[in-house]
Amino acid sequence: MSTAAALASRIPDGCHLALAPDYSGCSLVTIRELIRRGASNLHLTGLPQLGLQADLLLGAGCVASIETAAISLGDLGIAPAFERARRAGTVRITESTCPAIHAGLTAAEKGISHLPLAGVIGSDLVNLRPDWRIIDDPYGPGRILLVPAIRPDILLCHAALADPAGNLWIGVRRELMLAAHAARRTLATVEEILGHDLLADDVWAAGSIPSLYVDAIALAPNGAAPVGLRGRYPADRSTLRAYAEAARTPAGFTRFVDAWLADA
Amino acid sequence: MPDRERLSIMIAAIARLLQGLRHVAVGAASPVPAAATLLARELAGRRLVVSILGSAQHNPFTDGGRELFDCAAQGRLDAFFLSGAQIDATGAVNLLGLGDPRAPDRRFLGNFGAPYLASLVPNVILCRTDHGPRSLVEKVDFVTAPGRDGQRLVTDRCVFVRVDGRFVLESRHAGETSDSLRAATGFAFAEKPDAGITPGPDARMRDLLEGPVAEAMQAVYPDLAALLRR
Repeated sequence: MSTAAALASRIPDGCHLALAPDYSGCSLVTIRELIRRGASNLHLTGLPQLGLQADLLLGAGCVASIETAAISLGDLGIAPAFERARRAGTVRITESTCPAIHAGLTAAEKGISHLPLAGVIGSDLVNLRPDWRIIDDPYGPGRILLVPAIRPDILLCHAALADPAGNLWIGVRRELMLAAHAARRTLATVEEILGHDLLADDVWAAGSIPSLYVDAIALAPNGAAPVGLRGRYPADRSTLRAYAEAARTPAGFTRFVDAWLADA
Repeated sequence: MPDRERLSIMIAAIARLLQGLRHVAVGAASPVPAAATLLARELAGRRLVVSILGSAQHNPFTDGGRELFDCAAQGRLDAFFLSGAQIDATGAVNLLGLGDPRAPDRRFLGNFGAPYLASLVPNVILCRTDHGPRSLVEKVDFVTAPGRDGQRLVTDRCVFVRVDGRFVLESRHAGETSDSLRAATGFAFAEKPDAGITPGPDARMRDLLEGPVAEAMQAVYPDLAALLRR
């Protein structure tokens, strides 16, 4: 059985890390270990947006670049450490849109270099993406956008359940399935390890990432706190509000994170 | 947040635009569109499929984040809502930031799915609850999503519709005049010859808003649910 610290040690400095949005499945417990270690030069991709995990890593100086459709603390607004890093010019930002990230991951999932994507032409976003191509659609009318494959080194996520064989149950959060297919490795923390095989029963199997894609799992009850985990426990609103307030200054961010690191 | 009466007018106006549709999706942080869509669902005898992002209860999807977008490209999504820190006279919205988009003076949260949905969903309804000259501008600094003819912009003061490339006034909410709207709007606009007062909710709509709509809103937008119920 692994631990969150052991998972963090498998995420090397400089790697391309895919992270779920706050509503999906966030391994905050592993993010804490990355910060404790002083991880550096990480490249983050949001699935398809980024939240508290990215803001904590940005504030702690662990991040070189992000690719995302949005970054925020949800209804608590602007991600404060991101905003500071952006103004200081210490983070490279690749702007995207949700379906372009899903399409890039789908291309990686299929082992191809790119995927065509409907829409988007007409938005100024295409001017910010020199790596995107617009071509005459060879099979239909008009022009179509091509987006390159997104192949993260590692997907890090948190889920409710796993089994002893290393299968991971994510339920309807299938953006995690897509990301696990696309990424070279998947590392996950879970609330519980079941005694039975998830793939033996179709009801569970349909919502499970097979162990084929999963490299390590650590048991970490409450590992998604404070953003919460669907069907298990809600977001801890008072802690999130305290973070949003504290992180508006570098000193406040440091105080918050020091207390968080000391907590475990 | 506007007062209850203004919100009810906005909600009723949007719900009327959704009549006859089969599938309407509401993005995150959109309480007024959510209430309007739930009202339209009640008016349609619950035959309308409603997707509210961020709600576990109003989520018909089982294939992850991409399913909404795949639905839209196939024509299975009839309406979606957009807002923007800036909305301009052509219906373009800006969700990215002010100034140079590569290094904005002020950055908002990001483009989300808007650049894609805007051109694929037949009915894109723009909504702002704080109609003012800084949010409603002649030209956006960055086009997250372009507008198109026939598109509506519903605010807490009026309803615009885009005709021949620009918004014209379709109706103003009770209490507004042409002058009050011009003072509050950062772009010049013509008025439709038949532009009158936006109809508010009728008695049946009011009952539905206070009853089943408020109840369905409770888990995801408790503040607006409480306001509707009062």
